[in-house]
Amino acid sequence: MRPEARVVRQEQSGRIGGRLLTAGWILVLGRVLPFAGLLLALASCGREMSEGTVLRFWALGAEGDNIRQLIPEFERRNPGVTVKVQSLPWTAAHEKLLTSYAGGSMPDLFQLGNTWIPEFEVLGALEDLRPWLDTSRAVREEAFFPGVWATNRIDSAIVGIPWYVDTRVLFYRKDLCAAAGYAKPPATWDEWKDLARKLRKMAEREGREAYAILLPTNEWAPQTILALQNGASMLKDRNTRGAFSDSLFRGAFEFYCSFFHEHLAPVGVTQVTNIYQGFAEGFFAMYITGPWRIGEFRRRLPPGMQGRWMTAPLPGPRGPGLSLAGGSSLAMARGSSHKDAVWKLIEYLADPAQQKAFYRITGNLPTRRDVWEDSLLAADPYLHAFRVQLGDLGSPPPIPQWEQIAMKVQEYAEVGSVGRTPVGEILARLDRDVDVILEKRRWLVFGE
Amino acid sequence: MNERKTYALVVFLGPALTAIGLFFFLPVLAALVLSFTDFDIYALGNFRVARFVGLRNYVQIFQDPLFWTALKNTLYFLCVGGPLSIAVSLGAALLLNAKMVRWKPFFRLVYFAPVVTTLVAVAVVWRFIYHPRFGLLNYVLGLAGISPLDWLGDPHLAMPAMILLAVWKNFGYNMIIFIAGLQNIPTSLYEAASIDGAGFWQQFRSVTLPQLAPTTLFVTIITMIGYFQFFAEPYVMTQGGPLNSTLSIVLLMYQQGFRWWSMGYAAALAFVLFLIILAASFVQTRLQRGRAD
Repeated sequence: MRPEARVVRQEQSGRIGGRLLTAGWILVLGRVLPFAGLLLALASCGREMSEGTVLRFWALGAEGDNIRQLIPEFERRNPGVTVKVQSLPWTAAHEKLLTSYAGGSMPDLFQLGNTWIPEFEVLGALEDLRPWLDTSRAVREEAFFPGVWATNRIDSAIVGIPWYVDTRVLFYRKDLCAAAGYAKPPATWDEWKDLARKLRKMAEREGREAYAILLPTNEWAPQTILALQNGASMLKDRNTRGAFSDSLFRGAFEFYCSFFHEHLAPVGVTQVTNIYQGFAEGFFAMYITGPWRIGEFRRRLPPGMQGRWMTAPLPGPRGPGLSLAGGSSLAMARGSSHKDAVWKLIEYLADPAQQKAFYRITGNLPTRRDVWEDSLLAADPYLHAFRVQLGDLGSPPPIPQWEQIAMKVQEYAEVGSVGRTPVGEILARLDRDVDVILEKRRWLVFGE
Repeated sequence: MNERKTYALVVFLGPALTAIGLFFFLPVLAALVLSFTDFDIYALGNFRVARFVGLRNYVQIFQDPLFWTALKNTLYFLCVGGPLSIAVSLGAALLLNAKMVRWKPFFRLVYFAPVVTTLVAVAVVWRFIYHPRFGLLNYVLGLAGISPLDWLGDPHLAMPAMILLAVWKNFGYNMIIFIAGLQNIPTSLYEAASIDGAGFWQQFRSVTLPQLAPTTLFVTIITMIGYFQFFAEPYVMTQGGPLNSTLSIVLLMYQQGFRWWSMGYAAALAFVLFLIILAASFVQTRLQRGRAD
């Protein structure tokens, strides 16, 4: 090789080598620096943990706001444990819990609506509580309502402890219904419709714009309750296909829509932005809702209204009807690193004294049967309807996709409330959409 | 010399390119792969249950009536709200550029203020403005003798209500861009036009609009891309609205992806939206360039 070429070659290789060396440093730095940052962050976390156990507790809705009042007593009984309560609104809770699971940042303890339990169990997010239950003296299965305890059992594992139970009953204006000729609340669907019509006629005669019942179309519970009352199963073939076109669901759906078509219920959600105001004004006289409203009505209705409303069990097609077995459970995250401390918190919240205190603060009904015998609950006149209704409950199909299907039911109920599409077509579309949602479940169950 | 230039490029562009690659291109690629699977709630718990399904998600999108509703709503919002927003911005810019207007900085501030407000807070206030019985808008309409309208509850009125809010919120941004464009037009053109006897409208059509063509193209494309992705207003005010009349494509994507965790389907939706916006931008650019020539 010519000497110049060799020199050039050496220079070039030197430069290439130099370039590679620099590029290599850049790449190494690029990988090392993020890790260094992570280590620093972890180190600071470690310092926090050594100062005592911190439990993260996510509570939803009104419970989230109010449970903070019970926490100081728990922290006093368990020194070294601090509980950080985060309250989430119900409208965003489902997304937030799923996202936190996907992001690996689930709290230690969280509240779950019991229709969500199958979903989170499929994810593997819930800890099986049987090892703790076997040795616990405070939490025993026999102490709870069996129907509610059953919603927490998936394939013989217990994945949640019932925290409070709720069901929906009829809240109604005693005075307005008496003026319409119903001194006692309606007990059948026919009486219910008759009362609604009479209330509407009364308002028209007085020249007021008013309705008989508030059926918000951003809820799925009333439609589901009516369907279950009518005996509809809603899904078929081991819960892998929609059965919304059958006569049982159709009958309930048509009954529900008739309230809107006869102007007995306001169409659209925005007309009543303040339920308490609407109820007090007599804009509507009946409302299907749960026990949390008792406390809210007591607090927010004007003093003159307090003697003029009452609760009653729901009317069914041919006599008193069932209602939804609702409520929330306390679930321990499988990824929690403080499981024993979380179990202590669960035992504390399931303690009869705390359940009674919780009831006093929020109006949420206790799940322990012994607390119901207590004079505080026995004396409350508004609770009588709930005690009766708790003896007659039904629940929707326990599958992970239920929340999504419930949203579809709600969507199509809204279409039905407007009344421009024939009911048969609405239900056919609902069936088709539900079949698409359940396609994965069909594949998993039948292996097709 | 060349090697040193390349070396400098690598050192200075490297970090930024790594960041973009890691936080943009890699996730987009992952989303593309995801859109060919049926990743859902079952797969979140157990990856092995996710199946590779090819184009099935895309086929399902085109068969889903909810997607067509969302597309129709988004196009409605775009085709009515877009031109309206641009017209209002241009009008405001012309007003603010006029010689006889005083206190220009004050007006610029007032018109730009909605742009910097938080959309969620604003949406809450506007929900009260739109209230059928106690809202300000119905009160004002009542003074003019119009009976109260259910702005957010009537499927026909909900989208116009959203458009009004979006135009009010965003016109300040485009107005500033138009003001800059207007100030770049040489006054000699206007003088020449008035010497030739052109009135205000003729000057506007023959001088202002053609000179503003590049600015208008820019504003149109940016507004169009933004409005195709409209999400926050329906999410806060109507959650998809009465009878899905304010359901937009991004809102549908959010519901499918983060509420039901059908990530495969939502990723496919994202790519369909990307292709639609790409096609629309392409068409828009071609049309306006053609007109300029």
